[in-house]
Amino acid sequence: MQATSRSFKDNAHQALNDEQLRRALDNMKEGFIAKRAKAAAKLPEFDALRDQARDIKDHTLENLDAYLELYAEKVESVGGTVHWCPTADDARKAVVDICQAVGAKTVTKGKSMIAEELALNEHLEANGLIPIETDLGEYIIQLRNEPPSHIIAPAIHLNKEQVASDFRAAHVDLPADRQLEEPQQLVGEARAVLRQKYLDADVGITGANFLIAETGTSIIVTNEGNGDLTQSLPKVHIVVASIEKIVPSLEDASAILRVLARSATGQEFSTYTTFSTGPKRSDDPDGPEQYHVILLDNGRSRMLGSEFQDMLRCIRCGACMNHCPVYHSVGGHAYGWVYPGPMGAVLTPSLIGVDEAGHLPNASTFCGRCEAVCPMRIPLPKMMRHWREQEFQKHLSPTAVRLGLGAWTFVARRPSLYHFTTGLKARVLSMIAGKRGRLAKVPLASGWTSHRDLPAPEGRTFMDLWAKQRRTAQRPGQETV
Amino acid sequence: MTNGRTTVLGAVRRSLGRSDADSDAAMAAAKARIAAHPRGLLPERSRCDPIAQLDLFQAQVEAVDATVVRLSALAEVPQAVADYLKSHNLPGDLRMAPAAELQALPWTTAAPMLTVTTGKAEPQDVSSLTAAFAGIAETGTLMLHSGPEGPTTLNFLPENHIVVLKSSQVVGAYEEAWERLREARADEGLPRTVNLVTGPSRTGDIEQTIQLGAHGPKRLHILLIEDAG
Amino acid sequence: MSETAPKVGESGPRVALFVTCLVDFFRPTVGFAAIKLLEQAGCTVEVPSAQTCCGQPAYNSGDRADTLAIARQVIATFEEYDYVVVPSGSCAGMLRKHYPTLFKDDPALGPRAAALGARTYELISFLVDILKVEQIDGAFRGVVTYHDSCSGLRELKVKEQPRALLRSLTGLRLTELQEPEVCCGFGGTFCVKYPEISNQMVETKAEDIENSGADLLLAGDVGCLLNMAGKLKRRGAKTQTRHVAEVLAGMTDGPAIGESRE
Repeated sequence: MQATSRSFKDNAHQALNDEQLRRALDNMKEGFIAKRAKAAAKLPEFDALRDQARDIKDHTLENLDAYLELYAEKVESVGGTVHWCPTADDARKAVVDICQAVGAKTVTKGKSMIAEELALNEHLEANGLIPIETDLGEYIIQLRNEPPSHIIAPAIHLNKEQVASDFRAAHVDLPADRQLEEPQQLVGEARAVLRQKYLDADVGITGANFLIAETGTSIIVTNEGNGDLTQSLPKVHIVVASIEKIVPSLEDASAILRVLARSATGQEFSTYTTFSTGPKRSDDPDGPEQYHVILLDNGRSRMLGSEFQDMLRCIRCGACMNHCPVYHSVGGHAYGWVYPGPMGAVLTPSLIGVDEAGHLPNASTFCGRCEAVCPMRIPLPKMMRHWREQEFQKHLSPTAVRLGLGAWTFVARRPSLYHFTTGLKARVLSMIAGKRGRLAKVPLASGWTSHRDLPAPEGRTFMDLWAKQRRTAQRPGQETV
Repeated sequence: MTNGRTTVLGAVRRSLGRSDADSDAAMAAAKARIAAHPRGLLPERSRCDPIAQLDLFQAQVEAVDATVVRLSALAEVPQAVADYLKSHNLPGDLRMAPAAELQALPWTTAAPMLTVTTGKAEPQDVSSLTAAFAGIAETGTLMLHSGPEGPTTLNFLPENHIVVLKSSQVVGAYEEAWERLREARADEGLPRTVNLVTGPSRTGDIEQTIQLGAHGPKRLHILLIEDAG
Repeated sequence: MSETAPKVGESGPRVALFVTCLVDFFRPTVGFAAIKLLEQAGCTVEVPSAQTCCGQPAYNSGDRADTLAIARQVIATFEEYDYVVVPSGSCAGMLRKHYPTLFKDDPALGPRAAALGARTYELISFLVDILKVEQIDGAFRGVVTYHDSCSGLRELKVKEQPRALLRSLTGLRLTELQEPEVCCGFGGTFCVKYPEISNQMVETKAEDIENSGADLLLAGDVGCLLNMAGKLKRRGAKTQTRHVAEVLAGMTDGPAIGESRE
């Protein structure tokens, strides 16, 4: 997908003025946030499990070359095929080749962020294939020709009325007078429409939450069961996954799974956690005849060994964006590429370049709520700051900012000059504010005053008053302050 | 393809600053961890006696909108299935997993009103019956796996999924279920599909309201056979 | 370099007050309130005159070189004291958490930054956690609410300490916000770099504050307070805004933040 992260401010402006979006985003507080808190509180070991999950991933990343080799050997030993893809192009080509080799026409898809990163639907369509998203949220946004706005709840920016209208426009064979007011009716309609698609599809594509080196297994975690129908009915199952999804063993996968759903949806466990190992066996009554894994690098190997390595621990639970006040304000689309919120603010510059995505790590107050809830204990604010440092070094940050900082530092390093200038400015500002005690307009500070008043300084600075008080104290008998 | 493999592994090794000796050490470390596959911290709630474990399993299953009935013998399954279908006004057609244990049950005598067929799921199937490999108490999760006796589609296509689970199959934590599966499979490795199922299918994709039966079963019903102690 | 405050706690620890640039410039009362609270608790308070800024504007803008230059100056100015106390969670966090990281590979400054960081505290948590102050003899008539500023809350675990001291004041009733832990949208340079997003955040915060029914909003960071007070005033809200130290020190005679000076 074409990134619009450069237009983050314009995107945000639009989002902030979208009443409908505001209502949709408000649902998050009672939804994800309250549910996660409850799930965490119910498991006394939750924080210890987060430490453990972090350690497992750190160990795996430190030995990633070995685990990748062992994983691939295992997949091949059970009859699967691993397609090593250094770039997005390689991955797209590999998927299309597999589809064309079996003469596929339609392709069903489970939810996959890697597929979004590859813009796989566009590419499949360009090659004459018909991709059909089966996750309800993904299906809805596919009908709308939109990218997802959230990594686990792709249609979170929409209200049920919008979905109803999309369904009426798309499902023209159904009676026009049918009821579509309630979520249950919408879910029922999608279920019925998609059922036939699963049965007709030649290829099913899913993502993977984890890849297990011990067994050559890919895992998907879903609630709807769409991923399972996608991968068990067609004759070919393609898994698209990036290299950092590896964990060593079934035990390690289980340990991380304990923190995944709780962090994501606040469920203790998602409804379906499915472990797939190779194609169907000769005596299996069902299952795919071919099993392919698209193993994608696309910039991840560059993050290894860098200050962004910790980001590769991410398990895509979405807790960071669920708890992010900036995400709550602007929604996911404003971020302008596949990954929104705090994890996107770190990952997107890694994958598409900081010159393209420089706004994202800057659009944070460093409030730290993302890091506080991250099940993998990824220091997201710290890494956003690393991006800001790279921007500053590359002279990508705005000139006004650089000049302002330079001037501030110059003065801050000279205490007498500092106290003199701040003392002067405080008195001037205080005088201008007069008895009102605040300013409604300040030159060069319209970013502040177009939305709020600026409380005036009390008058003289603390250092000024303190110095005076000290002098007076040394001459007893005189009035202080 | 070989080229892709070399490129990706080369890039990973460069970033990790590997020498050849380092690569060998990494491989040794990875193999050692896989061979040992150590268990980490198991939640305290999963560490209880078998009776409490069954109660926890049932409570957790019910918390995710599935249902449980306890039976004292496998032979009671046909009647229990018939009762369940009737209580939900469902037709008497049942697609059953071709599992020897289920096929050996007295279907024609104990539940003559049912029409039982075996095999993988077909699109018109309304209700299915399968046998679980394990039940995991910590989250009320079923472990089901593919194989000649367990078509995966039976777990997802029909709207009503009934599962037979024996109390001797219930464990506390996921890791214990994996250990049992490893033992049962010996050198075969994992089956094509292992499904951990926790409640019926659901979605929150429309305004974050939870709706059951998104694509998979709308109902999940567990027949828990108390066969242990 | 430094000057000694009136000798109240002669035997107590020698504490340097890091005033912070925002308290210095906008709200000197907070500095005097901090000194009063520290002296009441038995400290000898000094205010090193070579202090300016902790370097956060440069640090959060990615300007590492200037950050290091400022940080060196702060370390040199403050390292001789038993404790450094800061009436701001954000600046205290900078000294306590970030300086040690910034210099961790510097053999000379690394240990000095770590030592300074370990002795640096946010004001209220210093009173409660280190000086073991359990209550304040004082009174405040009114309903107050408390916003947990992000750095204090998440970097320094300041949460219950201000509430405990506030509850000990006669006549004060504390009412909680719906979301006391959600950022107000200040974020230092964030509020001028992304004014529209910052506005949405402080608008949400202001609604929460007004809905709480409190007469007075308190927090421990002047940056957040300026932001919230400015928004409350713009909305025409009746709620007043002060730094928590002003109330605890009984220094509420002057106008609240952004209030008129009649």
